[in-house]
Amino acid sequence: MTKFIIRRLLLLIPILLGLTLLIFVFTRLLPGDPATTILGERATAENMALVRESLGLDRPLHEQYFQYMGGLLQGDLGRSFITNRDVVDDFLQRFPATIELSLAAIIFAIAAGIPLGVYTAKRRGTWVDAGGTILSLIGISIPIFFLGLMLKWIFAIQFPILPDSGRIDLVNYFIPRVTNFMTVDALIAGEPGGFIDALRHLVLPALALGTIPLAVIMRITRASVIDVLNEDYVRTAHAKGLRDRTVDGRHILRNALLPVVTVIGLQTGLLLGGAILTETIFTWGGVGRWIYDAVTARDYQIIQSGVLMLALIFVLVNLIVDISYAFLNPRIRHS
Amino acid sequence: MSRTAPDPEALLSVRDLEVTFGSGDRVVHAVNGISYDLAPGETLGIVGESGCGKSVSSLAIMRLLPKPAARVRSGSVILEGQDLLDLSDEEMRRIRGDQMAMIFQDPMTSLNPVLPIERQLTEVLETHRKLKRSGAVDRAVELLELVGIPAAKNRLRDYPHQFSGGMRQRVMIAIALACDPQLLIADEPTTALDVTIQAQILELMRTAVTERGTALILITHDLGVVAGMAQRINVMYAGHIVERATTDELYGRPRHPYTVGLLRSIPRLDEGRGELVPIQGQPPDLSRQIIGCPFADRCFNVLDRCREEMPPLEQAPSAADEHLVACWNPAEGERLVPSGFESELAS
Repeated sequence: MTKFIIRRLLLLIPILLGLTLLIFVFTRLLPGDPATTILGERATAENMALVRESLGLDRPLHEQYFQYMGGLLQGDLGRSFITNRDVVDDFLQRFPATIELSLAAIIFAIAAGIPLGVYTAKRRGTWVDAGGTILSLIGISIPIFFLGLMLKWIFAIQFPILPDSGRIDLVNYFIPRVTNFMTVDALIAGEPGGFIDALRHLVLPALALGTIPLAVIMRITRASVIDVLNEDYVRTAHAKGLRDRTVDGRHILRNALLPVVTVIGLQTGLLLGGAILTETIFTWGGVGRWIYDAVTARDYQIIQSGVLMLALIFVLVNLIVDISYAFLNPRIRHS
Repeated sequence: MSRTAPDPEALLSVRDLEVTFGSGDRVVHAVNGISYDLAPGETLGIVGESGCGKSVSSLAIMRLLPKPAARVRSGSVILEGQDLLDLSDEEMRRIRGDQMAMIFQDPMTSLNPVLPIERQLTEVLETHRKLKRSGAVDRAVELLELVGIPAAKNRLRDYPHQFSGGMRQRVMIAIALACDPQLLIADEPTTALDVTIQAQILELMRTAVTERGTALILITHDLGVVAGMAQRINVMYAGHIVERATTDELYGRPRHPYTVGLLRSIPRLDEGRGELVPIQGQPPDLSRQIIGCPFADRCFNVLDRCREEMPPLEQAPSAADEHLVACWNPAEGERLVPSGFESELAS
């Protein structure tokens, strides 16, 4: 097991190296550059050249890349071209907001997706199952920006029962930032009302972000449960005269969830991508929104290092999933 | 016999059991009205080729047929005076694993791969015997020792994949015997095992059921397996019992042409290296309506009447003991297998 983890960690090196090159190339392919953002479109050519020179953007691309890599290898992820703030500081300050949103979304997706998957699997071939299949296909195909806007339009504008943006009502609650998790900070500040308000702010973005993983988890759970239902050991369990709920929980679900765990891990990683759109729609001050703003401003340094950190997290989440998979599955654990 | 009342002495009486699969245009008649009795402690062999209804009829007795694909059309399954087909699902669940247990063909897939075998044993005891965890674990060790698993105590936490096929089947037997059932159904228990292991497992089952007075239904396609085990044998073909007799009688004087064919197709040690005699043709398609005897097209003794009317299962002419055969023109009962060969087959 330790060997497996070490091998996976070593594999991270080529993956991340390849990523830095890809991200670097893509940022430079974007039209425009940071100098335009800083000086505006009416700036003179001399001023533009001056800013480019001070940011090192006048040098050949390979030199820029090696300079960036040199910093990375010394643990320096650079500073924003525009605010001159340390990228890591900015990232860490915003990341809790993204985790909070992603957790809410994935909890929603798991809590609804697994029971729905089991329910439709046990009613395979009925109209309930067909309805579930149609809904989950819609869930998988609906674009996040469209779903987000529709949710906002229905639940915040047509029927204003939920807040449409932000993480908390800033007018009524002043919550000192401690952990940058709004719900946690509200509790630390002794503001139960603020805690509830923070949860209410989470609902719509979490629904928007969680719908795709919900649909995917539901599909995989359904397929996996159907497979397991036909297994000999399920028949054995019934032959033992076990209660239905024991057969369901101990024999069917434990086996059926193995592939689901992998999918949950992958989906958690993919949430980071979805978070960019969701955070933009709901003005959620997380990493997604930060990267979106950086792309708009062509702040190469933030894009490069921000995406790199997200990628690192994505790969680590998958490693954790693989490890937990081994713990769930004795056949892998012992090999 | 098929219309007779259930024998009050019998542990299990199956009457006119009929099972179909599918619905609408394509209904497969898997079991077509079979009847038999099983005495307490008796070992009954059910023999036939794949698809003859032997497994399906046993799953119907356990009420483990896949729903909604399979349907019991009619009949009764009376265990100790109680018709199992009338019970509610919950009442049936209490009987399964307690009064009646089942062992399946493939020990590789019949155990849950993600649970240690301890759990798979104790859950039966906890469900039916209301044992607490520690009591159940002690009993689990006893059971594993009983089925001949070395160092049983140390293997409780092991998972099925850490056992060999033979050992897994021993675990399955331990699970089945956990609550001392009166009836054990073993569906091809040795088919997936090596030949050397087969004999060990059969011996284990024989000792276990003899010691406890458990009745055993042993389902197999292998005539050698039942020979040394069963007191009585049902031969099934296309969802019917075509012959039923004591083991000696059946091997000694087979009457149904199908049974004769089966016995002729066994390789024999005491004869020269002649070619085996296979039964010609294929079993009939059970999704079509069959008029007359389903074996007629493959039969060496076929009469015109065979294609018109299904023969009833009746006492064979001039047979000793109880010897039932469903045939209009049964074989004479020539001795195909020399005396004593039954035990040779099994050893």
